Amino acid sequence: MPYLGSEDVVKELKKALCNPHIQADRLRYRNVIQRVIRMSKLDQWGQAEVLNFLLRYQPRSEEELFDILNLLDSFLKSSSPGVVMGATKLFLILAKQFPHVQTDVLVRVKGPLLAACSSESRELCFAALCHVRQILRSLPGHFSSHYKKFFCSYSEPHYIKLQKVEVLCELVNDENVQQVLEELRGYCTDVSADLAQAAIFAIGGIARTYTDQCVQILTELLGLRQEHITTVVVQTFRDLVWLCPQCTEAVCQALPGCEEIIQDGEGKQALIWLLGVHGERIPNAPYVFEDFVDNVKSETFPAVKMELLTALLRLFLSRPAECQDMLGRLLHYSIEEEKDMAVRDRGLFYYRLLLAGVEEVKRILCSPKSDPSLRLLEDQAEKPVNSWASDFNTLVPVYGKARWATICACQGTERRGPDLSNTASFATSGPLIPEENKERAQELPDSGALTLVPNHQLTAEYFEKTWLSLKVAHQQVVPWQGAVHPDTLQMALQVVNIQTIAVSKAGAQPWKAYLSAQEDTGCLFLTELLLEPESLEMQISVKQSEARPETLSSFISVLETVIGTIGDIKS
Amino acid sequence: MISQFFILSSKGDPLIYKDFRGDSGGRDVAELFYRKLTGLPGDESPVVMHHEDRHFIHIRHSGLYLVATTSENISPFSLLELLSRLATLLGDYCGSLGEGTISRNVALVYELLDEVLDYGYVQTTSTEMLRNFIQTEAVVSKPFSLFDLSSVGLFGAETQQSKVAPSSAASRPVLSSRSDQSQKNEVFLDVVERLSVLIASNGSLLKVDVQGEIRLKSFLPSGSEMRIGLTEEFCVGKSELRGYGPGIRVDEVSFHSSVHLDEFESHRILHLQPPQGELTVMRYQLSDDLPSPLPFRLFPSVQWDRGSGRLQVYLKLRCDLPPKSQALNVRMHLPLPRGVLSLSQELSSPEQKAELGDGALRWDLPRVQGGSQLSGLFQMDVPGLPGPPSQGHSTSAPPLGLGPASLSFELPRHTCSGLQVRFLRLAFRPCSNANPHKWVRHLSHSDAYVIRI
Repeated sequence: MPYLGSEDVVKELKKALCNPHIQADRLRYRNVIQRVIRMSKLDQWGQAEVLNFLLRYQPRSEEELFDILNLLDSFLKSSSPGVVMGATKLFLILAKQFPHVQTDVLVRVKGPLLAACSSESRELCFAALCHVRQILRSLPGHFSSHYKKFFCSYSEPHYIKLQKVEVLCELVNDENVQQVLEELRGYCTDVSADLAQAAIFAIGGIARTYTDQCVQILTELLGLRQEHITTVVVQTFRDLVWLCPQCTEAVCQALPGCEEIIQDGEGKQALIWLLGVHGERIPNAPYVFEDFVDNVKSETFPAVKMELLTALLRLFLSRPAECQDMLGRLLHYSIEEEKDMAVRDRGLFYYRLLLAGVEEVKRILCSPKSDPSLRLLEDQAEKPVNSWASDFNTLVPVYGKARWATICACQGTERRGPDLSNTASFATSGPLIPEENKERAQELPDSGALTLVPNHQLTAEYFEKTWLSLKVAHQQVVPWQGAVHPDTLQMALQVVNIQTIAVSKAGAQPWKAYLSAQEDTGCLFLTELLLEPESLEMQISVKQSEARPETLSSFISVLETVIGTIGDIKS
Repeated sequence: MISQFFILSSKGDPLIYKDFRGDSGGRDVAELFYRKLTGLPGDESPVVMHHEDRHFIHIRHSGLYLVATTSENISPFSLLELLSRLATLLGDYCGSLGEGTISRNVALVYELLDEVLDYGYVQTTSTEMLRNFIQTEAVVSKPFSLFDLSSVGLFGAETQQSKVAPSSAASRPVLSSRSDQSQKNEVFLDVVERLSVLIASNGSLLKVDVQGEIRLKSFLPSGSEMRIGLTEEFCVGKSELRGYGPGIRVDEVSFHSSVHLDEFESHRILHLQPPQGELTVMRYQLSDDLPSPLPFRLFPSVQWDRGSGRLQVYLKLRCDLPPKSQALNVRMHLPLPRGVLSLSQELSSPEQKAELGDGALRWDLPRVQGGSQLSGLFQMDVPGLPGPPSQGHSTSAPPLGLGPASLSFELPRHTCSGLQVRFLRLAFRPCSNANPHKWVRHLSHSDAYVIRI
């Protein structure tokens, strides 16, 4: 039990949280919680712990809820950032039903968060910036008037600058867009290429709402004729014309000249795509393609070659006379000389498509040139506060959602490892586990007395009849995450001679499968696999036609191994 | 709660290692951390890292890495606060925090860790409570002496002993043994401000931000009352008005939890009973509205001949402090375009120094008097330089890569916000050995003073 300041404090908390009698009696439980909240002599660590415990408490009435919030109000003004954030999280979670209370709390925590963002401690600054981004996802205008605090300073480490650029992109509004764009434009010519590229992408993000100003800035950047800048600007343009077709004209005027500067694969792909889709507005598009086609043999990126094929075919549809010759040479090269099979296949496909006639080609290749509705969909993706309130003040915002998901997935597979070998004693000392694994590995060959008949077929009716007549011999669960891929499962089971009688489609809820296997003595094993929706475990039920415990356990271990392997492959 | 705690030197050598819960790995985790840290890709943040089932969270303090590992998803703010508090505590007990002091005081550090954390949970970090449990003495590198004036540092040329304490005076261990009464009772109060400024290329002020702290380091026995009086006309927030005249204003203030604010409203007096050791009494910040003019203005003029590749940069630095004040250790860092071949310089006064290093120009001015103007003319050869499309031969638009100039400096006895400590009174104690010495200093230094060219 953490030391929280004095003996009676500890006693109260223990009473509230450990004594089942008190927990069973709601009134006494509530009284103890109220006493805990009113304790004033806790130091900052005690306060943080109390706030953490209170997350589990459910107030019974609205009156009690506001009572608690009033008592804990002073914690929001504490000088310790841990306590302030803990109190904020508690308020956000307790006031789930009251969005205006949540907004109010977020307004009050603005001050401490901004102070943390300018703190001397870089690490604190970084954690605060991640939380600011979290808040901006729900309340985009929240920090707009304080945009100056997020200007990057020269001596900051790279990871802080990147976060600040992202924040600037997200807090733009009508009043500050001018200054923010000026500032970002300054970063685009920064010595560090990474920061410059991040700033350009940020301008691209702002361009979805303030298209004209941003396109102008990006066009000016093209004038500098710097390689790392031009490639990112062209990529940004490619993304932009898809969402905001009104800027296509301006983009097309800016493009000529870029092909001489761009060297990397991503930039070339973006340029080629733009020339292909909007080629009829760009006068020298065929000449640029001429250059690419002439040098296709020395092109190192297969993705560029694929894009080239598609784009040239598109341009051919609108400017046939200029592109015919080039297209022919390109197709000849891809089909006859190209070593990358993906490129060759695409070339072959386009050739055959052309043989089928121009109308066919137009039908397939003329896709829409832009999708403005996508932008509106993205803009409306403001998340409600409740979706991230439980992640506030934890490590999740600091890692970012994507990285946190991979971390959870890794942790899932690791926990499955010890389960499969059925070790009861977990991890206190390293050396124990490898030995147990060795024992386990030795056991399996010894119990290899089980041989399953290959190519054994059982009809569905027979299976059903036998299934209903037998009792369950063994049931267990294995940990499982996510959906099942039936084909993979089927193939893996086939390898060990277990036949799949019936299986639900991937993603069905609940998901079930029925398996059967026959031993060479004639004993049948019938198995049901069940995965409930939103469950982290798969249930296995096995029925045996003859009662033979030792063969049963061998069958179970084989089945477990297969299921475990599939789980590992999938994640 | 944390699983392990360790301290690494700046090169990755483990100095301290403590395992609290015994549930993850062994000593090799320190090496693992350092390898991961140095091998991290550029855009990932090193503050929180993940490996297997452990999260590593660390801070850098005085060149050391203080690292904690945990397997639970806990609050990053609490963890970072704990690490900072540990750093302060170790500094209090050992005198200062550094590789040398830690290696000399290993036993003391382990004892402290034992008392502060139990099974990974924080028990207490209050110096008061810990004092009763810590038995080990701190080992200092040399005995402290007030006569050691060789490191006068910030206090300028006055060397009268009664008026000046060397800057290392506050760095002896605070919490030495109780029997040592011959030590002087002293209190050090610092008002430290960090100034962040951003000036655009046309001279307009884009951003100005002052973050201030009042820090107290007390060698007095705990529980001694003290009163700190601040400027009476000091207002908090934009709408408050006190006294006559513009007054001194800050935007926001926050206090340490042990400060009593009963007299703050009326007379701007802070009343507290500090424990021994270091404490941040008050934090404040001010943006956008400084009462005094900015300390430095830079007037650059750039001439660039594209044909011959000659770049001439004339920098005029004007100090707008009042004539009696001065700025110390002024250094300007100006990144230069790539491929600079040679540099010739003319500086306006002999004690300045300018040199080329790391793709940038460093101009050192040890002392700048208020109201003075200093200039430097730098000529360099930069063949083949890209830049904005030229509208003629030698343009005044700066070439690419001539980066923003950043200044770093210290302003002793000056606060940018104007806040001053009027008095520091200790409660009357008739039985005390000697009058406790009180040292108050005000200091501003630059955090990020950037002027765009």
